[in-house]
Amino acid sequence: MAREDGANARSVIDIRDLSLTFETNDGPVHALSNIDLKVEEGDFVSFIGPSGCGKTTLLRVIADLEKPTGGHISVNGVSPEDARLARAYGYVFQSAALYPWRTIANNVALPLEIMGLSKAERAERVKRNLDLVNLSGFERKYPWQLSGGMQQRASIARALAVEPDLLLMDEPFGALDEIVRDHLNEQLLQLWAKTNKTVIFVTHSIPEAVFLSTKIVVLFPRPGRIYDVIESDLPRERTLDIRETPEFLKIAHRVRDGLRAGHSYDD
Amino acid sequence: MSGASLTFTGQGAVGVGRYLAWTIVALALFSLPQTAFTNGPSVIGSADLMLAPILLGGAAIMLALGVGPRRLVDLALLAVSVVAAIQLLRAVGANYDKAEGGFWTLVAALWLASWLFVERLSGWDAKSPTAKRAIGLLIPALFGVWVLVLWQLFVVGFGVSPVLLPPPSAIGARFASSLPTLWADFRQTFLKAVLIGYAIGCGSAFIVAILVDKVDFLRRGLLPIGNLVSALPIVGVAPIMVMWFGFDWPSKAAVVIIMTFFPMLVNTVTGLASADRMQRDLMTTYAADYWQTLLKLRLPMALPFIFNALKINSTLALIGAIVAEFFGTPIVGMGFRISTEVGRMNVDMVWAEIAVAALAGSVFYGLVTLLERVFTFWHPSVRG
Repeated sequence: MAREDGANARSVIDIRDLSLTFETNDGPVHALSNIDLKVEEGDFVSFIGPSGCGKTTLLRVIADLEKPTGGHISVNGVSPEDARLARAYGYVFQSAALYPWRTIANNVALPLEIMGLSKAERAERVKRNLDLVNLSGFERKYPWQLSGGMQQRASIARALAVEPDLLLMDEPFGALDEIVRDHLNEQLLQLWAKTNKTVIFVTHSIPEAVFLSTKIVVLFPRPGRIYDVIESDLPRERTLDIRETPEFLKIAHRVRDGLRAGHSYDD
Repeated sequence: MSGASLTFTGQGAVGVGRYLAWTIVALALFSLPQTAFTNGPSVIGSADLMLAPILLGGAAIMLALGVGPRRLVDLALLAVSVVAAIQLLRAVGANYDKAEGGFWTLVAALWLASWLFVERLSGWDAKSPTAKRAIGLLIPALFGVWVLVLWQLFVVGFGVSPVLLPPPSAIGARFASSLPTLWADFRQTFLKAVLIGYAIGCGSAFIVAILVDKVDFLRRGLLPIGNLVSALPIVGVAPIMVMWFGFDWPSKAAVVIIMTFFPMLVNTVTGLASADRMQRDLMTTYAADYWQTLLKLRLPMALPFIFNALKINSTLALIGAIVAEFFGTPIVGMGFRISTEVGRMNVDMVWAEIAVAALAGSVFYGLVTLLERVFTFWHPSVRG
């Protein structure tokens, strides 16, 4: 499934002059303003920025969990709502959000039940995706019997089981410790290489963003806006060692500069 | 204690148990020269009683010193406690209202012996879960039996008037001789009024809760009315229900419906709202419709709340039905029986009805709890 980079890539996400304002009791909050962004098929895009910069909100707009108040956005060439109804994406949340009354296998099968797939098809997809995240043998366990890292892997399997071309991940490894996070990052890259999906990944960790991404979007808070878009020239095949190379550090440095410029230390 | 420590096997009583054991020995010795009953011989001189202090004291000494295999000695303690209890019950039965120091000292020793056995039993390290569960059930059962034994000993020994508090034996005898009446009352009150009222009350509240949850104006309109109805005093509602639905069980079922409706409604509405935003968003990302979200997320999340209401209602329903029968009923029913037998000073019959109510209520509650454990095994409060 090798794909020619660049040339004939299709825009999966096209955002133009997008804004989102929340009306609160203390007046309007400009969560997003003047967002322009294109995500190509097969990209691994990270949103990074300080808290309150709107990176999660932007992801939620793409997923049709929030409605923008201005501008244009299309996902797979249609509106986010149509894309959601067509089950165009899989969404991985900050915590695993597995249902405790379902076994791991049944949790992964949940979206498939809602899609109305046959029992045989469900079983086949559950098995394949649990294999993919190295959770074979835990089908009959309940979520609360698994570690946090395993739970998050199960939730990734659940998102993949829908077989979307687009994977939206909202700080999926934020609650995990460094070692587990490194390990899952590596697995995620392998998965991405294997399946050739488009991934949008929200994080506040610079090494994570640089290690994973082909494109890094740095956001600023108040109002949430894009400060910098960094195209990574690192090879698509990466191991954790790459984090010691000058190329990696150069990109990390540029991301850090961006974050620093947007960070206000007044509060 | 160097001599004793040689024979101490490490399995004898320690801590509280050791104090208990030595106190039992002291009480047994102390009781021997005392008079048991007015105008009767001393304990040691009474053929009916002399075995009790000797057995209790002997078993307690073995326990205190840690002689013999642990479980065998523990079981021996239980056996001698039973023998002593039978002796005391028999002796006091023949000497109504005549108990004196020697008898009460033995009662104290028996009470401590029963305490000591439970203390020892809770220290048994059962291997299999079945054995653990059996011990877990045995301890409260033993506790209940000893409460009955002590109740009997005190009431007969002190000659308490049966109108104030009848002995368990009299209640038991009345229970056994009135089984047909008790069964008819149970059928009338529990099997008809309580169960039917409970099913309709909880069932309709569940359906209304789902409507209230879906339709906002119902939430704002119905919840306050439900609140109002639940605040109505049962002694005011019951006679009105009798006027509306007649003397037979339907009017009692109506009272039960009114009592059970609101707890179920409020708990189900709260439960349906208990899924957090991330879990709901998950369903949104799957483009799940209302019913799929309800069945696959919100109802399972609501189950712990729903079972809470079912448990609360299981006891409320019984209370409601019994009290409602005070306001007009055919000549059958647990509430009817209690109110008439109190008037006739037949307190033992009242107690027999109370026993039936307690038993039925506990079994009902237990069954609901069992169902709860099956359906909400995943909830932190159940999975432990």
